[in-house]
Amino acid sequence: MKSLLSAISNGKVLVSDGAWGTFLHQRGLQPGECPELWNVTHRNDVFAIAKSYIDAGADMVLTNSFGGSPIKLEHYGLKERAFELNETAAAISREAAGENHFVLGSIGPTGVMLMMDDVTEQELYDGFCIQAEALKKGGVDAICIETMSAIDEASVAVRAAKEATGLEVVCTFTFEKKVGQRFRTMMGITPAEMVEAIKNAGADVIGANCGNGFEQMIDIVKDIRTIDKSTPILVHANAGLPVYKNGETIFPETPDMMASRVNELVSSGANIIGGCCGTTPAHIKALVCELKKY
Amino acid sequence: MNELIQQIGVCVEKGKVNKNSPYPNDMKGQDGADELTKQALDASLGPNEILQACNDGMHRIGERFGRNEVFVPELLMAAKAMNAVMAHLKPFFQSGSVKTKGKFLLGTVAGDLHDIGKNLVAMVVEGNGWEVIDLGVDVKPAKFIEKIKDNPECTVGLSALLTTTMANMAKTVQEIKSQFPATRVIVGGAPLTSKSAEQMGADGYAPDPQGAVEFLNRLAVGG
Repeated sequence: MKSLLSAISNGKVLVSDGAWGTFLHQRGLQPGECPELWNVTHRNDVFAIAKSYIDAGADMVLTNSFGGSPIKLEHYGLKERAFELNETAAAISREAAGENHFVLGSIGPTGVMLMMDDVTEQELYDGFCIQAEALKKGGVDAICIETMSAIDEASVAVRAAKEATGLEVVCTFTFEKKVGQRFRTMMGITPAEMVEAIKNAGADVIGANCGNGFEQMIDIVKDIRTIDKSTPILVHANAGLPVYKNGETIFPETPDMMASRVNELVSSGANIIGGCCGTTPAHIKALVCELKKY
Repeated sequence: MNELIQQIGVCVEKGKVNKNSPYPNDMKGQDGADELTKQALDASLGPNEILQACNDGMHRIGERFGRNEVFVPELLMAAKAMNAVMAHLKPFFQSGSVKTKGKFLLGTVAGDLHDIGKNLVAMVVEGNGWEVIDLGVDVKPAKFIEKIKDNPECTVGLSALLTTTMANMAKTVQEIKSQFPATRVIVGGAPLTSKSAEQMGADGYAPDPQGAVEFLNRLAVGG
């Protein structure tokens, strides 16, 4: 097991991977299909995605398990296969990454809300435990809980991942810029509120993913650094907000545009940088090349 | 306006569902929307007036949401309080003594399983006096078409959260428009912008639930 924390302790900036969801669709995943089932039915495609990011120079890859919580898989009648699908996701990424690169097990939100009594805290906790344990068994180095918007769900997820695996846990939220105001998640959480809550829950690395492009990530990292100088920050940025044009969904930020801002993102305080929706191996390669210059 | 009725509106705005509800903190132990509505109806106060007070309450919280003063949780709790009122008013809707502003047919498009945003829109639109027909998530174009046939006067709302389902949203808009050119379609969801909505051929784009309400209310007055 490798430690993310020790790998960045000397100030080295690590590069993470890019998009999975948009990439899977490019390879033929149909809307409405379960992405995690592809770990079994389309193993080669999933492997190719992970491998393409390693080949692009990334220091780590995530796993095709974002929607792998039992609660999410239930929509597809796959709840009982949660352990298998997550373990396979981890094994595929490990095979692509080899032993010299990190594998981070992806865990996304469940889509149900504690405050509306959609689910009990215990049910949430148990589901996240299953997912985290399976990812560990499949060979991940750390768990990455991502795209969170609610403090209560994120805290349960971090606690579950920590207690079930003992691995390092990354947790990132998705923030939007509200007009004339601060960044907040859909549930109204500011970066400052996130930092306090998920560090209390036990997160080792904090940060932001998805959202509205590289530019805003710089501001979000600055926001986090005004109240927390030391906790490592991971950023997975979208290639901008998608534009629907002439029958196609296009992400506006090119690899060069991203690379041109990476220096500022690092000087703002980011320690691990990668992409989210719309980013490709070319984006990751551009980040790697740019970071080599410093 | 009667004080009791006014207080029902306040409960809706603040998300005070019933006496046992711990939310909001400053109304702990007080009667909520549930108890007060029952008291009002027992005192023979008019269901139309109660509904109006709730609509006003939802309007106020919706506006505050639009100004980023409150967020999704507050809006959800308001909608929950509104539902508590509606449970008591249901017989009056069924008998026709209380009327809605019109029908709003809503669903998350094919391939997309996300329902939080769609549910928020449903609750806020309903809270503003519209009848909402919620088709759920992963709704295929044919399902929308079938339901529009049953409800030809409805306005349609489409939701999508995934960047990958925007193409399905566009396809749904186009299929609806080709069969029902007069049916108004409004779209919303995290990856959308008014520009994308325009490209798809939608009549409107709502960045938030309040935007959907404003669009519908403009249609209702013939705007």
